[in-house]
Amino acid sequence: MKEASPAKAYALHLGVIALLFALSFVLPEYHHGLLARIMVLAVFAMGYNMLFGYVGLLSLGHAMFFSAGLYGAGLAVIHLGWSVPAAFAAGLACGALLALVIGLLALRTSGVAFMIVTMMFAQVFYLIILYFAAWTGGDQGLVVPQSARVLVLGDTSLGLTNPTVRYMSALVLFSIVLLVALVIVRSRYGRVLVAIRENEERTKMLGYDTFSNKLAAVVVSGTICAASGAAYALLFGYVGSTFASVQYSILPLLWVLLGGAATTLGPLIGTLFMYYVVDITSGYTSAYLLIVGIALILLVLFFPRGILGTVRQRWLGWLP
Amino acid sequence: MAFGPHLLLAALEGLVTSAVLALTALGLSLVFGVMRVVNVAHGEFFMLGAVLAWAISAAISGHPALGFLAALVLAPLIVGLIALVSERLVLRRLNYNPEATIVATIGMLYIIQQLALTFYGPEARPVEPPFSYRILLPWFGYSGYKLSIIAASALLLVATWFVLTRTKIGLVMRATQYDSETAQAFGIPVDRVYAGVFALGAMLAAVAAVLIVPISQAHYLMGQDPLLLSFIVVIIGGLGSLRGTVVAAVLIGLSDGIISVFFSPTLAKIIATLLVAMVLVFRPQGLFGTASR
Repeated sequence: MKEASPAKAYALHLGVIALLFALSFVLPEYHHGLLARIMVLAVFAMGYNMLFGYVGLLSLGHAMFFSAGLYGAGLAVIHLGWSVPAAFAAGLACGALLALVIGLLALRTSGVAFMIVTMMFAQVFYLIILYFAAWTGGDQGLVVPQSARVLVLGDTSLGLTNPTVRYMSALVLFSIVLLVALVIVRSRYGRVLVAIRENEERTKMLGYDTFSNKLAAVVVSGTICAASGAAYALLFGYVGSTFASVQYSILPLLWVLLGGAATTLGPLIGTLFMYYVVDITSGYTSAYLLIVGIALILLVLFFPRGILGTVRQRWLGWLP
Repeated sequence: MAFGPHLLLAALEGLVTSAVLALTALGLSLVFGVMRVVNVAHGEFFMLGAVLAWAISAAISGHPALGFLAALVLAPLIVGLIALVSERLVLRRLNYNPEATIVATIGMLYIIQQLALTFYGPEARPVEPPFSYRILLPWFGYSGYKLSIIAASALLLVATWFVLTRTKIGLVMRATQYDSETAQAFGIPVDRVYAGVFALGAMLAAVAAVLIVPISQAHYLMGQDPLLLSFIVVIIGGLGSLRGTVVAAVLIGLSDGIISVFFSPTLAKIIATLLVAMVLVFRPQGLFGTASR
């Protein structure tokens, strides 16, 4: 792999953020709202990519981290009446704690067993949400009241239901996570993660504690996914058990595979692309899961590097 | 009803579940044991079996037993064929890479499920049992058909065991499972063995589904629970071990039957799934399996 000049990489990422900022003023209303949602979900995909792309750990249970953030933030607002920043922090804390516990357990396994164990823990999490329907709303879900979704900054209060505020909040979250991901990937720690992916035994032999490095990656990944979930609850005002189902563990995998695993911008591109494909086709057919299924198979068969992975391999070797 | 007969009824229901579960899980276990492929679409082959059983028995008029027998033969064959095609088209091209095949079988799961929804619809439809004889016990009457499920499943399990341990085909399969490269060197067509095993695994699930459909109805989402339970059984029983699979299926089926009579089914599922995840974390070779080589 060619060494990236840091200026080029940072310029590209800042350019993408600037483009998203500019789009806010030109997009028609419908696509404006859609893009806000896609940015929040792209954060979910970036969190997933942290673990799948860079450490090579394929989890089938990331819906639990997303929904830990979703319910952590949503229930704090609904039942405890917390303010928006406090609820967001609660969502992050729930995700980080859950990721720590799951990481400690699931990292004892590897390969296929890791996939099944994460899927089972996520299933337990999903069933727990259904079991405590009195607080979580069960499979109906809960609506976060509009009156509570107000961000108070000093003297000004911003209603998160306002489309512009919503778009900008999503963009701020997206930008922070994107830059954090870029910094992590370019750091020594990021290189250790890639080394673990390429050859764990050798990395161990070189004196790195692979378990604690992997555990840290699970926690970072889980926290990012929880941030996405918490933002989703606060910005879009709905908390529901579908977000904890297996399907929402598969979707980030699909987005990352499509955009390109182990690329910083791949998750955004994958999410954007898939979301629009589903959005356009749902006008013709309700069977959007069929498209998800076909996309998954075609990707693993013919396109395992995804869009940006292929671009990096063919043309732009410096892409982070 | 007094406690004793109540428990007996729960145990009988549990045994019926175990019988179906053992067949389904055996299919999953064979595929994993020989090919090292975790087939996430296994539950959908089960569902396809049930849906096809409905279609076939609805197409054949006359005595319900006729339609049922036709379904029992035809549905597994069709499902086996579909599995064979998907193995050739997808899994073989992936070189049976464990992680890529999981992603691909997830894709198959969605495709099969959506096609079933499109062509079969969201309704749950019943299939008439081939006979409706009730066995009268001193405390309650019990469906003779349900008892025959247990018998049929036991028969099929013994047959599979016989094929695996006493015939040339079984020897070839075991050789492939033990060391596929050496098997290939000895002239075993490993590639074709894989195709056959994948089809066989799907057919076992389909047979199980045809047996259960007269008492539980065909529905396009019915593959989810058997998939999860089969995973549980295969993990508890030790991956790729036939005896372990059967013992675990009886254990899980019985406890599922008894627990769900006395507790909330959601709570029972939470506890069962959590326990199994813990088994996988702390004893990955399963409770009955031996450590992997």
